[in-house]
Amino acid sequence: MSDAALTDRIAGPAGEAAHRGLLSWVASVDHKQIGIMYLLSGLVFFLIGGLEAMLIRVQLAIPNNHFLSPDMFDQLFTMHGTTMIFLVVMPVLTGLTIYVMPLMIGARDVAFPRLNAMSFWIQLFGGILLYFSFLAGGAPNDGWFSYAPLSEPAFSFNNGLSYWALGLACVGIGTLAGSINMIVTIVTLRVKSLTIRRLPLFVWMTLVNSFLMLMALPIINATFVTLLIDRLLNAHIFAPAFGGSALLWQHYFWSFGHPEVYIMILPAFAIISEVIPVFSGKPIYGYEFVAASTVAIALLSFTVWAHHMFAVGMGHVFDLFFGFMSMTIAVPTGIKIFNWSATLYHGRIRLTTSMLFGIAFIVMFTIGGLSGVSFAVVPVDWQLTDTYYLVAHIHYVLFGGSIFAILAGIYYWFPKMSGRLLDEHLGKWHFWLTFIGFNLTFFLQHLLGMMGMRRRVFTYPNLPGWMILNLISTIGAFVLLASVLVFLWNIIVSRRHGQVAGDNPWDGWTLEWATSSPPPPENFALVPPVGGRRPLWDMKHPDRRDEAVAAAGAR
Amino acid sequence: MTGVLTLQPFSPEASSIAHLFIAVLFVMLAIFLLVSTIVIVALVRYRDREGAPEARQEFGSKRLEVAWTVGPIVILALLFGFMIHTIQVADPPLSGEKPEIRVVGHQWWWEIDYLQSGVVTANELHIPTGRPILIDIEAADVIHDFWVPELGRKIDAVPGHPNHVWISASKAGDYVGECAEFCGDEHAWMRMLVVAQAPAAFDSWQQEQLKVPAVPSAGEAAKGAKLFSDQTCVNCHAVTGTVANQRIGPDLTHLADRRILAAGAAENTPANLFRWLKDPNSIKPQTHMPNFQLTDDQAHALVAYMETLR
Repeated sequence: MSDAALTDRIAGPAGEAAHRGLLSWVASVDHKQIGIMYLLSGLVFFLIGGLEAMLIRVQLAIPNNHFLSPDMFDQLFTMHGTTMIFLVVMPVLTGLTIYVMPLMIGARDVAFPRLNAMSFWIQLFGGILLYFSFLAGGAPNDGWFSYAPLSEPAFSFNNGLSYWALGLACVGIGTLAGSINMIVTIVTLRVKSLTIRRLPLFVWMTLVNSFLMLMALPIINATFVTLLIDRLLNAHIFAPAFGGSALLWQHYFWSFGHPEVYIMILPAFAIISEVIPVFSGKPIYGYEFVAASTVAIALLSFTVWAHHMFAVGMGHVFDLFFGFMSMTIAVPTGIKIFNWSATLYHGRIRLTTSMLFGIAFIVMFTIGGLSGVSFAVVPVDWQLTDTYYLVAHIHYVLFGGSIFAILAGIYYWFPKMSGRLLDEHLGKWHFWLTFIGFNLTFFLQHLLGMMGMRRRVFTYPNLPGWMILNLISTIGAFVLLASVLVFLWNIIVSRRHGQVAGDNPWDGWTLEWATSSPPPPENFALVPPVGGRRPLWDMKHPDRRDEAVAAAGAR
Repeated sequence: MTGVLTLQPFSPEASSIAHLFIAVLFVMLAIFLLVSTIVIVALVRYRDREGAPEARQEFGSKRLEVAWTVGPIVILALLFGFMIHTIQVADPPLSGEKPEIRVVGHQWWWEIDYLQSGVVTANELHIPTGRPILIDIEAADVIHDFWVPELGRKIDAVPGHPNHVWISASKAGDYVGECAEFCGDEHAWMRMLVVAQAPAAFDSWQQEQLKVPAVPSAGEAAKGAKLFSDQTCVNCHAVTGTVANQRIGPDLTHLADRRILAAGAAENTPANLFRWLKDPNSIKPQTHMPNFQLTDDQAHALVAYMETLR
């Protein structure tokens, strides 16, 4: 990317002094630079969180292993989960969105560029604060949802959990500000003719997801503050021994925590809803239904939280209500999966690396969604919750789902960001190593859970079958490590020597492909006319414009 | 005790869950095969290659949308009905029954109280076969979870929020119990041995447990008994018939009868007991049992004493 061009422009309309080198990034309020910084910080935390996962898998490779102490193991799985959720999946999805969404709606930037910069820097600060805990006596060691009263001062003897609450509150503030920014941007800065019914599904889902964040994040930030009051001011809100309530924490946490699951998957849906149609050469199947089902998921996501709590003894009435709502949310999710699959039919499928990750997403996420249904079925949840079946489930959703979609998105938009294509040959290696390594690591964990292996154990007895299944999982983790190395190599090599992309390497249809790669600071000299959902298709096929074809079909 | 425990039930409660689980697994498999077949067929038929037809520009079909909305709703409704039935069998509502046993989760062991007979034990839950047993589930410190996969559902032990669970065993034998909720450093070694016995055998076990072990008067064991009451052991443990009456750690009255040590971290053998007394961390790292820097002689004497606790 040409830094010189970018810094020139920053000096322009915003009236900033021209900066060079690192300062041109640190002082930037350009949504494209901020988006790339989100992606880079996410990549660094991904490597750290991945390293933590590797240590966990080495410890679990054989029974009765003494590689890690229980306390270190607890710190590692807590930091792995917290890192991957709050410092990888969320910021990377935000980074892609912040980069792409303004381009897609023909805007010059987001509505509040300075707020955008603050969002990024405060979430990065939160991540650093969280990791500082390692130097300040020990990292948090209570799992990514830190159940009380284990998180109370009476049972946790270092400051890790205070850093956890403070750091994540910073991340939460950044996310919250980001969601407001995205909503205002989409509502006010679209080019006029891009009506709400013509919005690319990526933008549609970003809008819905931003409302979801706006409603969910305040809950968790208040919860973090409450925990800090307990920990630092000796209140006992979550301490049953002093009249507090342990279950109150769980209700607080999961009433954020379940919407959070969708906060991490809706943007993944958004990416898939662009990648699958473009590489199939067809418009998305059932646009209205995919959009409406997103709204349904967002609303329902606030009514399912206690399915994380079926084992706490809430009583059958609550269990059945939350079981029912959790089953209901499977319906709009199914609608999406069927529409993506139907988009493939009668298409002309180009199996680029991006598309491979996109298609693998459909199948892997289906597995994660289906194993999710077994947790909505209350008695089955009573058996499977807190076992490796659950570990497998969340990884099929967050890795097979979110991460696969993120990789599809990175291969798709990297040329727009850098001006060069990621190498397809290395990309295929990356894909197949990821696909094989991922399934090797996680598929058999379903079985381990059904055999009775609990999550969060630092070791396990040498029961028949346990060692071989765990060993296979650890081998899979090393295959995944190899895939990450290939990916890094691909980024490094392609950024310098990759094939030059041109404006529209994939024959995409949304507005980001109408400008240069990388786009100039003001994004567009002239925004092309928008007369449908696929403006670039309409330009290329004036005789077969989408809205004309659809109208003819309806008659 | 091994195998795919959640699918090999030994009680009506666990059986009902296993049946529902199998139904769910079939539904999952069918939908997974449907989706993956759709995707694979599409990949084979519509892949971009020389001479492939141009992509057809189609926007959707209301009929198909209705089909893949209504289809899943019907399947889920059936599952929901099955689930309501299973909940009643797997976790019958209380109608005034009193719990027979109280299980209390501690970091990181189980206290087990037989509420009618007064027997107190730890980590080894004996139950009679053939009838449902109502157990009161509590926690002394943080949240734990009582789970015997072959015999019934799991249920959290929440401080300040007593729960209950029905379990039963249709066949005498040993079953694995585990703490399923992360409860701190030694969560991994918070296991339990559940011993289901024919009612007569269970009754005689209970009678045995009620006996007060004689305090040894001579030899190594007597030395050990004196050490036990003079040293800090009595600050945490109880042995019926002696001055030791604290309930912070496990009750040791019939320790020698038990088959596991430290909630399943080791088998209860004299050699392991010796190792445990010398250095508890070597068996269960970060356990709350302190290392008292006992000499070999002291540890041997204590082991000799504890072997008489039966």
